[in-house]
Amino acid sequence: MDNLAQTMQGIPLEYYLWLSVILFSIGVMGVLLRRNIIIVFMCIELMLNSVNLLLAAFGAYRDDTNGQVFVFFVMAVSAAEVAVGLAILVMIYRNTKSVDIDELSKLKW
Amino acid sequence: MTVNIFYALSVVAVLSALMVVFTKKPVNSVLFLIVTLFCIAGHYILLNAQFLAAVHVIVYAGAIMVLFLYVIMMLNLTEVLQVNKPDLLRIAAVVSGGILLIVLVGSLKGLDTVASGGVDSTQSGLIERLGYMLYRDYLLPFELSSILFLTAMVGAVMIAKSDEKIIN
Repeated sequence: MDNLAQTMQGIPLEYYLWLSVILFSIGVMGVLLRRNIIIVFMCIELMLNSVNLLLAAFGAYRDDTNGQVFVFFVMAVSAAEVAVGLAILVMIYRNTKSVDIDELSKLKW
Repeated sequence: MTVNIFYALSVVAVLSALMVVFTKKPVNSVLFLIVTLFCIAGHYILLNAQFLAAVHVIVYAGAIMVLFLYVIMMLNLTEVLQVNKPDLLRIAAVVSGGILLIVLVGSLKGLDTVASGGVDSTQSGLIERLGYMLYRDYLLPFELSSILFLTAMVGAVMIAKSDEKIIN
């Protein structure tokens, strides 16, 4: 435990902030860049994970367990979301024979 | 020493996250995302959240990524022609992602006293306190999340089931 306290003095909280911001921006960039639905979905997972990391980091630095409990609930919701989302994706592929996200532009008009 | 571990984990996480976005085949994207998730689990261990790291590896690398791989395998996506957006849109996407990064960094840069960092010993990630918190203070959301899982399971089965009635 003392070892850990030294660790946390060595790594400022800002580092976790920057890491999470970079990962979140990469996720946003992937959502904007790719047309494959599966990769867009994975980029959303990446964004969720960066937020989870930041929640856990804030919780650990403030010695507060609530942050990690929230990470658990975010994980639970994202697992449910992935199950339903991949089912929708399979159905889309079955109907359109494509995973191109620009095929689904009917809501645009 | 531990700062070096932090840097190594961060560099690997960011590079493999970039590879998730820029690689061509979806299977390679999934594998790079698994690398990123393992690096994030390493960060959780550095934050003394061992149980969270274990659950993270089990849930993400064990369940969600396997689900992704199964879907890619079922759809046979390696043979699908990968279509790319027009170059202008790709450049615009990269630029707007970079601008978002700059905006976030710039807005968070001034917060030089985000946390004191003077925690003597952080016990918050240990499983005893987490269990007390989860089963005492957050008991109702915990039980509600099981209902959420049940609905998600039923919904996934209902949606992915091939429905001949609608087609005919």
